[in-house]
Parts: sequence; structure tokens; C-alpha cells
Amino acid sequence: MLVPVVLGVSIIAFSLIHLAPGDPARTMLGERATQEQLNEIREKYGLDEPLYVQYGIWLNGVLHGDLGRSITSHEEVGKEIADRLPNTIELAIGAMIFAIIIGVFAGIISATKQYSITDYTCMGIALFGISMPVFWLGIMLMMIFGVFLGWLPIGGRIDLLIPFQRVTGFMIFDSIITGNLPALISVLRHLTLPAIALGTIPMAMIARVTRSSMLEVLRQDFIRTERAKGLSERMVIYKHAVRNAMVPVVTVIGLNVGLLLAGAILTETVFSWPGVGRLVVNAVYERDYPLVVGCILVFAIIFVIVNLITDILYTYIDPRIHYE
Amino acid sequence: MNNKKVGILTIGLCLVLIVASFSGCVTEEEEPEPGEMVLIFGSSGDAKRLDPGDVTDGESIQRMDNIFESLVEYKPSSTEIQPCLATSWDMSEDGLNITFNLRHDVKFHDGTDFNADSVVFSFARQYNSSHPYHDYGEWAYWGYMFSDIDRVEKIDNYTIKIFLERTNAAIMTSLAMFTVCMVSPANAEQWGEDAFKHPSGTGPFKFVEWIKDDHITLEANDDYWRESPKLDKLIFRVIEDPSARLMALQTNEIQGMEYPDPTSFDAIEADSDLQLLTAPGMNVGYLAINCGYGYNDSNENGVRDPDEPWVKTLAYSEPLANKKVRQAINYAIDKNSIVDNLYKGTAVVAKNGMPPFMLGYNDDVEDYSYDPDMARTLLTEAGYPNGFTSTLWVMPVSRPYMFDPPKIGEAIQSYLAAVNITVDIYQIDWATYLEKTEAGEHPMCLLGWTGDNGDPDNFMNVLYAENACSIGTAGNVAFYNNSRVQEVLSAALQTYDTTERANYYEEAQMLLHENASHVYLAHSNQNVVFRSNVKGYVLHPTSRKFFYPVTIE
Repeated sequence: MLVPVVLGVSIIAFSLIHLAPGDPARTMLGERATQEQLNEIREKYGLDEPLYVQYGIWLNGVLHGDLGRSITSHEEVGKEIADRLPNTIELAIGAMIFAIIIGVFAGIISATKQYSITDYTCMGIALFGISMPVFWLGIMLMMIFGVFLGWLPIGGRIDLLIPFQRVTGFMIFDSIITGNLPALISVLRHLTLPAIALGTIPMAMIARVTRSSMLEVLRQDFIRTERAKGLSERMVIYKHAVRNAMVPVVTVIGLNVGLLLAGAILTETVFSWPGVGRLVVNAVYERDYPLVVGCILVFAIIFVIVNLITDILYTYIDPRIHYE
Repeated sequence: MNNKKVGILTIGLCLVLIVASFSGCVTEEEEPEPGEMVLIFGSSGDAKRLDPGDVTDGESIQRMDNIFESLVEYKPSSTEIQPCLATSWDMSEDGLNITFNLRHDVKFHDGTDFNADSVVFSFARQYNSSHPYHDYGEWAYWGYMFSDIDRVEKIDNYTIKIFLERTNAAIMTSLAMFTVCMVSPANAEQWGEDAFKHPSGTGPFKFVEWIKDDHITLEANDDYWRESPKLDKLIFRVIEDPSARLMALQTNEIQGMEYPDPTSFDAIEADSDLQLLTAPGMNVGYLAINCGYGYNDSNENGVRDPDEPWVKTLAYSEPLANKKVRQAINYAIDKNSIVDNLYKGTAVVAKNGMPPFMLGYNDDVEDYSYDPDMARTLLTEAGYPNGFTSTLWVMPVSRPYMFDPPKIGEAIQSYLAAVNITVDIYQIDWATYLEKTEAGEHPMCLLGWTGDNGDPDNFMNVLYAENACSIGTAGNVAFYNNSRVQEVLSAALQTYDTTERANYYEEAQMLLHENASHVYLAHSNQNVVFRSNVKGYVLHPTSRKFFYPVTIE
């Protein structure tokens, strides 16, 4: 699956960004462009070649493990992405942990206490969460927890005054393996608000799907049998019902990873988070073709891998599902 | 893993997150090491590259100005120049070459000596296409500002000579630009193509670390040839969103920031922990009216040669080619109201095409007042008593010289409607906008300019000269051709006598005013905000940011 999807995505991304109006040479030189310099840059980056030739050159590079160099920063595209990807992954994982824990619990509680005040409250919050623009939510969180209460930092990844040694780029991991407790605390504190902002929409979706899936399962015969057997309500719900209700929830979680990547663009901008989302937005503004296509390619690969993981998880949750 | 283990793991992670989040309530913000003075400055974007010769964007320049130095530098709050890495210089009588005596005992941050070889290297890599380091950059400003320099030669270890192709009165101010800052040849050799990530200059701060899209850390250069800077560390942190930037400043996560949102000025002024610094900016925002004629610069020399005739621009229109109509447009627009309401009072109304503090600014020009009746009269005299229709191109991005172009465009649209000129608003992406306006495809457009070197030539010749009407690369997007204007602007560049130069520029401004090719809207102020205990920062007219004198009390 990976190869055709990635190839298809690369062709679409390549064509779309090149067809979009705007010229990278012009964007780079701005108001001060001279014709001579424009020509020089177009030639240097092969922008004067026909599109299929440009794609051929690019694909040949990719097959040799070279995504090219960014037009604006002159840095290797692979390095640009590798520098930022760990940040986006940490943010996405943080957001997912928040979304799953809160979402699943809220969904279960709502389902078991259907039509109660708790149910209405949980679903009300879920509705609120799903309709909230990430940008606005981010600013609100910053104002409340950052400025008024002063509990959490406004943005960034770590307090810049704390000495920190980078090993892998995953800052939580790095601070653990270097045994740097102040850094770990600072990194987690910086992660909290962006993770909540980014995780709110998936949280709401997960809560709603969990609730409806649970309601369906709870009406089934085997649940009645278990209750009749005299199993405690807790055992019935948490041991038997939840597991059966999880298949659609896992699907939603898997799909949400894609949404997280989209939401990450806004969250990263509000919280000055140095991730891939911001990288790709700036690259699009600057018509930095190699960088845009490189980022989209990486997004596509991540998406395919996450879907693969989701499929594998099904077999774990529901042993009836087999892949040949 | 069974459910129990998963449960324990998730609850554990959850607890870590919660504990970590709130541990800040107990532990105070980390303090820097005792006695260490650190300033974190909130920037609106990241640097692109850290090679002074190869950048054009303000964010990169901001970092570079604290790492690198050039032969001459601006005085702290003017665009006059003073010695820096050159201690003195002599201009030859014919004005075609300049000899510089270089400062001794200056070292680059990599420990190598600054000398004539490094000066020649820093220049030659930009203009000499066969130089081994030429291919590592685009050198955008060289072609644009320094093409009058023919070559740079070493005379002895501490003397160099710059040879000019023609006299250029603006060359000394241009030499204070970041483009011609001195870079270490040894460093360039060590890093090759990646030297832009490892800057090594002679300036007050040394490069330490660059985490892309997050921060760039500099530290004091203890071997600086002047007294060491007062700050021990200077960190540029990227916070793109202006409200997030201000919140970070309010909570002391950063101690200074650029580009505050004008709507927050009242809140900043009411906060005793903050100080708002404001100074005139070196820019102009204008409405350019396409007067209709450009030329094709077939030999790409930037000059209209006799074999390059005037041709009509694509958007030529009868009414706009008429001087009276253009004057009517000038009378129809209430600039004061635009500056007060849309620039939020952070600008001054413009009456000339360059800022008032510059050499040769003509204060005798009497601006067109806001007078719709006069506009209608002029339109009737021009033969358009019932007005006409046209199109106004509006920039899709905010620039320092033009806050919120869509609103300004709408305001102009309604002012013109009041005198029966119906304009449609047209918008397109920024790169295409520049391309098409420089090709003359717009009847009217909003645009502007931020000065580069502080010399009037950098406004007048770039924006209003006849030679700048080249279709496709026009700086004069009003396509207004006036041979007398060209004559005085060329003459002003040929003489080194400042009084004479000033007279030439004054004459050009008067001619431009009478012919009303532009509606000059505003000169925006530059604003930065600091915590009130930050002292010593001086806003420079060029908007460049020098942190050398800054201290925190």
C-alpha cells in the first residue's frame, strides 16, 4: 500500500504546488528582484525546466534518499523535517493521550449513566470541544493558565535558561536519558497547554463515539447474561463491554491522527511550537517547492503507518478479525 | 499487555502530566545563574540563513546585526556613518575609488585575524562569479545595491581599495549595510555550503545555537575590540502570533518584542512593567496610479537606452494618464482619517515619497488637502464629469509600511466612489502581485517601500525614476516618466556634495507632487516593547536592531 499511496501523493503534491500561482524566485527576492537574479535562481533550482522533468529529477533524488535542498533556507529538506518532526510527534502524542483518557472515560460514564446530568454535562462539553476553533482555544488557554493564573508557560518547548542537551530531538526522551529533571518538568509544562488545545477536538469525537458504541454494546445479550450471572457492574462494563465497544473508537482515534496533523499547524503557530506544521505553512507561503513536497510526503507516510497500526490494533481488540 | 497494565500505564502517564503541569505553581520560574544577564527577544519569525551577504529578510538581519560588522557603521540614531572595522578612508578625486585603512587587532569569533584578505573575501565571493564560494548564495542585495563596485583589492595587510565603475554618492551609506559585513574566510572554508548555519563575525555577540523555528542563542564576545557587551546572553525566540508574543512579555518569559499589534498599545502603556518605544520608520506606503508608459529593458541594464522606446503598459487607461484625474484622486482621499483609523495612529501622513528625516526631503511641498469638491471640479475639467470606472489592486499581505491593506483598499474605494470614480478591488497572492504590478498590469495599486541604506537615492531612484519604469521589473509602479526627474536623480548620484544632492532631490519631489503619480499615504512608525527594566535600547531609523548597548537593571 505504502508505495502507490506515497507515489500518488507526491505526484499530486508536486503538481498542485507548481500549478499554484506565485514564483519562488520572486518570493525570495521580494520587491528588490532584478531580472538577471530571477533568471539565475530559476536556473539554479531547475525551475525553468518543464514540470515532468522537474518531477523526474526530484523522484530520482528521493529514490537515492535525497529530498533536495530548501529554496529559502538552503538546508537539506530531510534535515529541515527531521529537526522538527520529533516536536510534532511529541505534541501529537501528548494531545492523543489527553484525548483518549478524557474522551474514553467521558464516553463510558455518559453511556453508563445515560440521560443523567453527568451524561448531559459530558456530551455538552464534547459538543463545545468539537465546535471550538483551535486558534481561539489556544489563546484562551494561554490567557487563563499563562497570564491570569501564571501556572503554565505561554509557548515554546522549554525554558531557554535551563541547560539542555539534545540527543534525539525528542525532548521528553532526551531529558530522561540525560537525567535532567528540571528540563523534563519544563518540557512537560510547556507541552500541557498545546496538547490540550490540540487534543480537544479528538477528545470530543472520541467521547461521542465511545458513548454511542458503549450504548449499543450494553444493550446486547451477552451483557445481560453477564449481569444475570451475577458479575459486578464494574466487571461487566470495564472488562467486557468496553473491549467490545473499542473497535469503532480505535478507528476514530486512527483517523484523528490525520486531523491532528492538520490541527497541529494552528496549534504550533499559536504556541510557537517548532514543528512540521509551521514548517509546511511557511514553505507554502514562500513557494518553497522541495520543502512543501517533502513535508507532504512525510505526512502521507505517517498517515499510512498510523492506519497500519490501527488495523493491527483491531486484531488485538477483536480476535475475530484476522489478516491473511 | 493486558487491560490492567494498559490502565496502570495510562494513569501513570496522566499523573506525570498533571504533576508536571502544576509543579510550576510551587517551583518559581528558573532564574539564570547569579549575575548572568540574559535578554530574550520575541521575534515574529525565524531567520532564514545566517550569512549577512545572502539574506534580505528582517528576521535574519536582526540576528546578523549583532554577530557581524562592516567597514563603516551608522551612528546610533541616524543614517550618518562612522568608522567601524575601517578606521579611516580616502575617496579619490575622481570619486572612482576609495581606500580604507583597517582596524588592527580585531579577531573573528573563530579566533582568526580580521585583515585585508578577509575584506577581499567578503566582497569577492559576492561579485566574482568564478569565486569558489560564489555558488553558495544568491547575493540578492549585491546585484541590487552594489553593482557599481567593480572590484576590491588588497593594498597591504591592513589597507584595501574599492574600485567603482561610476561615481555613486550613496556608496558610503550602502557600505554600512549588513550585505557587506565581514565574514571569516577560515570559517567559510571549514563549513563550505553550510557556513550559513555557523556564522562567525567580529561583532559584540558570538553565535551559540540555532534551534529552527524556536530560538537562536548568542553570547557576549569577550574578545570584542570595543568594551564587551553588557548582556551575557542574547536569545531571539520565535513567537509568530502577536498576542502570544505580548502575553509572553507580560509574564516575563521574554524581555522584549517586535511588531506589537497596534490595538494593544493602550494596554501596553497602562502596564507599568512594560515600555513602548516608538520612532519614525524609514518607509513609505502609497497608492500608485498607472500613468501608462513603460519601456522594455531588453539589455537588462536598468537604464532606458535610446533604442528602448516608451510603450503603453497593459493597464493603460485614458483617464489615469490624465494629470488632472490623478490630482483629483489625490484630493478625494482623506489620508488623515486613514492614518488615524487604519494605521491606528502609528504612522505619520506622507506628503512626499520618502520619509521626512532623510537628506533632501522637501518640506515646501504643500500636500493635497482632503477636498472632494475640488476633486469633482478637476474631474469635470478633465472631461469626466460623470466619473469613470477602474480597478484598485490591493496587497494580500501586511507590510511594515502598510497595515491591513484590505481595509485601506476599501477606504480608498469609498472615498473614490464619493467623487464618482467606481473602483473594483482586486487581490492576488503576493509573489504574483509583485510580478504583475512590476509589469504594469494594474490600473492602480497599493504598495510601498522600506529603505535599505538610509540614502535618499534608495527611495527616489528606485521608486520614482524614469529608468525604474522597465516593464516586468519596474520599481516605479506608477509608470510615470519625466525626463527632468530622471535628470536630477542621476545628477544627485553623481555628486558627493550633500547640499547639491539635497537640492536635486527637492526638485524631484516638487515635480512628482505636481504630476500626482502617487497618493503618498503614510510613513509607519517602528515600535518595539520591552520590560521596563531593560535600558539602553535605541531604535535605529533603518529598523535594524542593535543590542550591544542594552542592559537589564
